[in-house]
Parts: sequence; C-alpha cells; structure tokens
Amino acid sequence: MTKVEELVKKQAEFHGYKRESLMPILQAVVRSERFLSEEAMVAIAKELDISTADVYGTASFYTFMDTKPRGKNIIRVCKTITCHMKGKDGVIEALEDTLKIKLGDTTPDGKFSLLQANCLGWCHKGPVMLINDEVYPELTPQSAVEIIQKYLKQK
Amino acid sequence: MDNKIKKVDLIFENVDYLEVLERSFKRSQDEIILDIIDSGLRGRGGAGFPTGLKWKFAKNEEAEQKYVICNADEGEPGTFKDREILTQVPDKVLAGMALCGKATGANEGYIYLRGEYNFLLPSLLSSIEKFHDQLKQLNFDFTIHIKSGSGAYVCGEETALMESMEGKRGEPRNKPPFPTTAGYLGQPTSINNVETLVFALMIAKEGPTKFKEMGTFDSRGSKVFSVSGDTPKAGIYELELGMSLEDFVNEFGDGDTKAVQIGGASGFCVARKHFKETVIGFEGIPTGGSMMLFNSTRSMFNILNDYLEFFEEESCGQCTPCRVGCQQLLKGIEAVKRGIKPPSYLDELQKLSETMKLASKCGLGQSAPNPFNSIINNFREEIIY
Amino acid sequence: MSPYKVSLKINNLSVSVDEGTTILEAARKLNFKIPTLCHHDDLCVAGNCRVCVVEQVGNRVLPASCATPVSEGMEILTNSMKVRQARKHIIELLLSEHNAECTICYKNGNCELQELSNEYRTGNRMFLDVLKKSAVDISSPSIEKDDSKCIRCQRCVRTCSQLQAVSALGVINKGKDMKISTFLNKPMNDVVCTNCGQCVNRCPTAALVERNYIDQVFDAIYDPKKFVVVQTAPATRVAISEEFGMGPNRSTGKMVAALRRLGFDKVLDTDFTADLTIMEEGTELLTRLKEALVDGKNVALPMMTSCSPGWIKFQEHIFPELLDNLSTCKSPQQMFGPLAKTYYAEKINKNPADMVVVSIMPCTAKKYEADRPEMRGSGYKDVDFVLTTREMGMMIKQAGIDFEKLSDEKYDSILGESSGAAVIFGNTGGVMEAAIRTAYEIVTGREVPFTNLNIKPVRGMEGIKEASVKIKDVKPEWSFLEGVELKVAIAHGLSNAKELMTSVKNGTANYHFIEVMGCPGGCIGGGGQPIPTNMEIRKKRAAAIYEEDEKMTIRKSHENPEVQEVYASFLHKPLGHRSHDLLHTHYTAKKRY
Repeated sequence: MTKVEELVKKQAEFHGYKRESLMPILQAVVRSERFLSEEAMVAIAKELDISTADVYGTASFYTFMDTKPRGKNIIRVCKTITCHMKGKDGVIEALEDTLKIKLGDTTPDGKFSLLQANCLGWCHKGPVMLINDEVYPELTPQSAVEIIQKYLKQK
Repeated sequence: MDNKIKKVDLIFENVDYLEVLERSFKRSQDEIILDIIDSGLRGRGGAGFPTGLKWKFAKNEEAEQKYVICNADEGEPGTFKDREILTQVPDKVLAGMALCGKATGANEGYIYLRGEYNFLLPSLLSSIEKFHDQLKQLNFDFTIHIKSGSGAYVCGEETALMESMEGKRGEPRNKPPFPTTAGYLGQPTSINNVETLVFALMIAKEGPTKFKEMGTFDSRGSKVFSVSGDTPKAGIYELELGMSLEDFVNEFGDGDTKAVQIGGASGFCVARKHFKETVIGFEGIPTGGSMMLFNSTRSMFNILNDYLEFFEEESCGQCTPCRVGCQQLLKGIEAVKRGIKPPSYLDELQKLSETMKLASKCGLGQSAPNPFNSIINNFREEIIY
Repeated sequence: MSPYKVSLKINNLSVSVDEGTTILEAARKLNFKIPTLCHHDDLCVAGNCRVCVVEQVGNRVLPASCATPVSEGMEILTNSMKVRQARKHIIELLLSEHNAECTICYKNGNCELQELSNEYRTGNRMFLDVLKKSAVDISSPSIEKDDSKCIRCQRCVRTCSQLQAVSALGVINKGKDMKISTFLNKPMNDVVCTNCGQCVNRCPTAALVERNYIDQVFDAIYDPKKFVVVQTAPATRVAISEEFGMGPNRSTGKMVAALRRLGFDKVLDTDFTADLTIMEEGTELLTRLKEALVDGKNVALPMMTSCSPGWIKFQEHIFPELLDNLSTCKSPQQMFGPLAKTYYAEKINKNPADMVVVSIMPCTAKKYEADRPEMRGSGYKDVDFVLTTREMGMMIKQAGIDFEKLSDEKYDSILGESSGAAVIFGNTGGVMEAAIRTAYEIVTGREVPFTNLNIKPVRGMEGIKEASVKIKDVKPEWSFLEGVELKVAIAHGLSNAKELMTSVKNGTANYHFIEVMGCPGGCIGGGGQPIPTNMEIRKKRAAAIYEEDEKMTIRKSHENPEVQEVYASFLHKPLGHRSHDLLHTHYTAKKRY
C-alpha cells in the first residue's frame, strides 16, 4: 500500500464509508498532498465504492481541490472587485517577479504555486491573499514580497 | 455618526447565552417560534425569508431526524460580516443553532464553513467542545458538527450547500421540495444564515418587541453591514434597517461616491441620482450586508466585467440560462466595447437577462443579471465608449 | 398511486390529476406539448435545460414543468409571451455553445435540438459563439463522443449511473467549463465504460453516437474478391421497422429482402447460433450441476449467461471475482463468426481469408466484442464488422430501398434456420426460457410443463425476476437431478445486474442459473436500437418478439435441423473438442477504477 492509499484508508475509517464522507476525505488528501493525484482519487473511489468519474467530477467542482500538482505553499490572491480596485494586479506582478513564475504555475522547486481566487471575504482589507489557510490582508506589492520571503526562509 | 444612521449593538454584544437557552428550553416550541414570527425577523443571508415561518415549517414536519444548518458559506463579494461574527461571538451562533434545534425538534446541527475561512476551524472547534459541555449541564441533547467547503460560491445556495454536505457537486436542487420538508439527507432541515441565528437568540433573550420596534414595516430590526470599496470607513457596522442610501453615503462615502453596489455581485448598482429615494431594506433594495462604494475614478465597465467574470466561473453550470447566459453577458459587453456588436446589442442582452431571471434554476442565475441590468441602465455610456 | 386528486388549470382548461404529477405530465393529459430536452421518461427528473419552463400565475419566476409537481388551484400557461421569449432564448443559448453544423452531422434529422430550433425558427444566430474547442473521442470501437455537440442535459450521466450503475460518464468542472467527461478526461476506451450504448440511445444530439462502419461494409460488398455474409440478431427484426416510421413490428422477411438487395452474398441468421448457444450452454449447466451434485467438485455456481458483451465487460470491471461463474460460451454473434469461417466456408468452398462476416446487432457493445483478442477462433477476425440496427436502416435508405413495400424473403441456408427459442433471446428472460425448454426436455424427455411452451414467470419488465422449476421423473442418466428444484434469476439493465451480483457475492442468493442482459428489456432495448426508446416502445418490441416465437414451426433449440446437422457433421457434440476451440472462451479481470 502506498502512502496515499494509506492516508485515504485512514481517512475513510475515520469519516466513514458513506458518500457524505467524500468531501472531508478529499480535503484531507489535499491538505497533506497539496493536490488530488490519480492514485488518490482511485483509492477514494475504492474505499467509498463510487466511480472514479464521480470522485473526479466532485473534486473538479471545487476550486480548492486541485487535480494538478501544486506546491507546498499555495498562494491564492483574491481577484474579485474590491481587491481588483485596490491593486491585486500589482501584488500578483510582484509575486511573479519574486517567484519567477507566471500566475497559475508552480515554482520548479515545488515550494510555491501562485493562483487567483474569487472573493475571499476580506473586501474591506484588500488586496488580500491566502497562503494555504493563512490570511494576509491589506497587501502592497512590497508587503506581499516580504511575506513570501519569510516563507522562503522557513525550510 | 449622523443621526439618520442608527447604530445598533445586538450582534456583537456579550450576553449570557446560557441563561437565554435555559429559559428557552423550558418554553414550548410554539412559544419560541411565535416570538420569532412576531419579531418580523427575516433571513439575513440576502433572500429574506421570514425566519419564524421557516422554523415553523420544519417543526411541523414529522421525521425521526431533523437538522439545523448554519450557513457560513459567506461568498457574496463584498460580504465579510459572518466571518467577523464567527470570530467575535461564536458562542452566540452556537446558541442560536441550539435554540433552532429546540424550536424545530432537531438534535443535530451543522455549520457549513466556506473553505476560505478554514483558519477559523481551530477556534470554532474548541467553542463547540465547550458548548457541548454546557448543553450537557442544561440537559439538552444537541450536537454540532462542522463541514467545510472548498471554494464554490454557489454552495451558499441552500440546496447546493446540502448537496455539498452530502459529498456531491454543489448543484442546486429543484424546489419544491424545500429544505424544511426534505433537506440534508432528505430530512427536514432549517438552514439559517450566521447572523440570523444570532438575532434569533437575541429575540429569545429580549422578546420580540425591541427588535420589532426597530427598522420599518417590511424590514424589522437591524442588520450587520459589510462596507467596502471607495470609503474611508471600510468595515463592519450593525445598523437599523430602512435608512436611505443618501444617508448611508453621507456617512460612509468619500465625498465623491458615484455609485453603490447594494447586495454584492448579485445585487443592484445604484447611481448617485437615485441615492435619495433608495431605501436599504426589503421594501427597497435588500442586501445580505454588502455595500460597495465606487467613486468617480472607477470605470463601471471594469466593475461590471469583474462581476460577470465572477458569475461565469461560479455558476454551477447545470442550467442553460445561467451557464450560457453569464458567458453571453460577459462576452456581450466586451463585444459592444470593442465595436464588434452595436450598442443596441445591449438591449438584446437586457432581454436575455430577463430570461435568466425568470428561467434559471436557482437564485444564482436569477440574480446574476442584476448588476448587468442596473449598470447598463445607469451607466450605459461607460459600457459603450 | 396516491389517492389524492389535485385540480388545476392549464391554458384556462381544467384538469384533475393525482397528487405528485408534474406540470409537464398534467399538460400532456390535456394534449399540450411542452418541449423538453433534459427530460427522459426512463430517467429521474433533472430540471436543468429549462426549455420546459411555463408561467405559473402569481409566481415570480417560470418553473420547469418537468420538475414541478402540481398544486391545488394552480394556473399554468404553457405558451405565454414570457414563456415564448424564455424558450427562444434558451434554445438560442444552447445553439451558441453548440457545434451547429447540422447538414453534415451524423444525427441530422434525428436531433432533438435541431427539431426544437426548427420549430421555433431560430433563424439568424442571435448570440455570440461560445463553443469550446474539443476533439472527438474515437478511442472506443463502439461509441464516439463529441463534446462540441453536447448540450449538457446530463441524460447520459443519469443513464450511466441510474440505469447502468457504471458511472463512466460524469459531470466535470463548473460554470462555463462544466462538461460531461470521464475520470480525468481519459479516452472512453480506457475507462469502465461497458459500451452498452444506453447513453447513445438517450443523447438528444450527436454528442454520443455509435462508431459507424457503413462505408467499410459497402466497400466489402463492392469488392468482387470478397464473399460477404451478414447475420442478424434476434432483436433487430422487430425494431428495424421503426427506422421507417412503421413502429415496432415483426419484419423479419422484409429485413432479409432488404439485406439481399444491399448486395450481401448470403443473408444468414444469428438465431441459428442462438440455438447452438442453448445446446452448448444447456449442456454446460447440466455438466456443472453434475460436477457439483455428483462429483462434489467445487464448480462455480450459479452459472451466468454470457451473451451480452456489455454485461461481460461490466463483470470484468466490477465483479472480476465472479468471472468463473460466467458460462464459457461465446455469444451467438461470436459463435457465428468462427463457424462461418470454418464449417460454412468449407461447405460453400470459400477461402475464409476472402470472407467478410458482417453482423447486424441491436447493440453497440458488439462492436467492441468483435474486436476482442479472444474472438479469433477461426484463425481470422471471426466477425469483421458490426453494424447497429440504426446503421442497417441508414444503409437501406442510402441504397434507395423502399422498406415498407418489400415482400418477405427467407434466410439463406445453411446457418439460416432457427427456432422460436432463438428469437426470444432478444427479450429479457429469453435465454433462460430457451434454455429451460431444452434442458428440461433433455433431462426428463418431456416438454416443459407450461402452456404452449410459454414460460411466463421469466417474462416481463421487472428488473430482477426469480423462478424455479421442479424436476421430476427424470431419465435414468440424470437421476442426480431427481426432485431438484432448479432456481433461476434474471436481471436486465446493469444496475439490476449489480444488485443481483451483490447478493450472489454476499452469498445471500442460491440460484443455479442466472441470465443477465446489459440493457433494459434485454437486446430489444439495446444501445444500437432505433432512437427514441422508452418503456412503451420496449414493451411493443418485446411483444413482437414473443409473437414471432409463437409463429415459428420449431420452438425448441435442440429441434433445429441445422443445429443437429452441425453437430452430426462438424462439432460432434456440445462441449466437444471443436466447440471448445471455436465456441468457448474465458474472460479476464479489468481495472475497476
């Protein structure tokens, strides 16, 4: 049994084998693996006795359930209206420059993925970004880069 | 604060919620519900369904298992008050859920928390643990769980939320049946916005009169507003309902406000010339709390473009008017802007938006054309030129 | 049925219907047609295309009539201004994301979207083109998937999950990117698709169609070096008439005449090998029973039929642990192929290398079956091309043959004679009935104790049927069966099959013999049959099949003289050496996920 299969098995044991458990299991895999691999989705389908197309169809509905490999730290910059008005484009440019990747990509060392997201719920403090579950409001291009540099320093 | 804007402090006030619950648990289900009905409280998520009625429907259903759901899938752009409520007064939310459980006969509750608010999980879970112990002491059987979203705006729609809770794609269901008849796992379910639950608790605490006396006939009580955009006072405010938009702008504007989007991306854009006659409330323009201000430096084309892009991506995609309609509105304004389509094409699109309103399966598709229509009506020249 | 009646008005006419009836159904009662796309009589309500919206007086929005139950005092308008505007818009929107190259489309003339846009005269395209680029998936030998034609009604998805319990197709992504796809968008041939084609039967457009092999077949016919024989499956003869607007009808003779006019060198019958299947499979069942009851061997029981290739692939994917329970018999189509290229070729003095075997099947999975590596018993590809009933209809039309006016003709001999037991293979329960007719007589020397040989308990459209036959007064060589109650079960449609297999796997079922057909109703409801399909149509086809059986002079497989002859001069005995080489096979487990 591979590491992912073991993770899925444990999660299914914990959450139960009903369809209602699909979301928490998918979320747990994303938390640990940063994305849903083919192997993971096959394992989940097996545990819950549903089809793989069903697992994939469900995952692909949700923005945070990536089926493409992502970096250890996933940056999601809010792109919706007020964050747009308050300068998210500058933040993204600064991040692209710092990380030397384009929006939507992952750094070659697998440390960062740079993505956009729809409204993150911090419209009064935009621009805002999430790094994994952590929120960073009231960004400027400079402060965004400083935050990334902190992450870079952590191993 | 301007005296025409009345600030209220019910939601964030610290109260002895256990005392309220202890008292409520001794009352009958009907007594609790009658108070809520009497208060005139309407859902604070945006749709504004009378809360007491919703509870009554759920109560009247006979079922072995009923559920209470707290809708914390706050995804409407411009709305961020539920996050603040869950941060500052989580116990009041939990108490509101237990109150609803008592009133409707449910012994299980779920908080559906949007994935973007995952950072709230640890503190919420410890609040729930503490709350469970407190309920034990009150001898009340009610368990609360959290289910997380994963980034899908449409899951704020109540039946989509339940589909998501059931481990499926968050696609809205056909209604009827309504959730109070067949909700989560097919069982009677009362689903309420975070803020609504806290107001219900406050009405149980103080009786319906105080709440009823605030606001207007159609819009009783107060409401938490999320203020953002071109304003020096961006933030969260609890205000009495029924104020005019002019008073609101006088208080929160930057002196150069040209338009206010009331009710988020799915709401309405009001131009300066209409500020005076526009009432914020169910008799005027209702809102889940989102108030976005735009000053004269903003391009309404860009704003509309952002809204439509949002819907094009966040539509669940299952029904034709919404899935294709949103794409057509977005592509349509671009085509008019670039001269590919004549300005009169906007009139065709306004007819299309009427179809979207009438024929879409759920509230998302029915309200997605709102910003389009109101911006075209008020700022047509900004879209064309 | 609910005892409560609900009164409402539709277009100002009063109607009273049972509680729970939808507005759509109530309108049908008053003969008001409301257009639909995502709705299908065989499937659960979806309410997502919205083309069936109606105006309800007092309602702020237009409810979908397919998804909204009636309520007391409701006033409905099915064709108001608002409704017309919305409906036209919805059709226009669907067209704006649709590859509307109707004149060169495979479904031209049989497309529900085309029909609707024609009815509403949508004329010049009002909205901008939002069609997404996509490549046609031709990975499967059975089914072609073209997303550019898809209107996202999800009929296929509901078919695949509800009727067939396969869920190879699902809904993927959301918003503008929402589409119907497979696991990780893999090619259809690489996923659990059983090729049953039920999705093809229910797709309103050309997003899912059969792989078409008409041109290859015509090429073979026109090639003077090729000797082209055609075989026709039982269920085709009661459905081909539908392609010519004649409804489900017995039209064996016309079909034979049409095929002869198309230029096939010989017109032969899969029914012949259906009879042969009974001989082989019946003997196999009796042998397994003997091994179990007399020799105490651990043989796989219940034995399960293996005629339906969709069902075979389903077992390979979903219940590989039960593969030993499958009869080793190839399907009638795949018994025909190797016999044609050995026994028959010898009889007519042809080089099998110059022969082309074409089959006309009610089935899309048969295309895949013919391509299987297991199906080369003759040393050649046993069956060269498989056409559906629909493709046969197209060929007849292209050749300018007036089907309705044709006089009946007879199949060629040999490999053309058959019994009534063979033709009922087309219905769910038919293989079982045919097998019992023969096996009972072999064992007891008497005919089955059912009036006119009609074994009613195994007939009908119930999803899972059970029956038992008490065996008494057996011939001495079958003494071990004396007093045994033979228990059988029948399932049709793969979700019923899944239910039955689950009980077999759990050991809660104790049958001796199980018949499974992959499609609802059996082959008469196959994925290659004329479109549309629904319960009413399937029942008519089934009734025609039973009529055909009753009209046959021979009703039992073992009495087919050509079958007796093939054993006398070629195969020697059921399960014999040659049978083993040509007519039997084994299947192997496939990935489930």
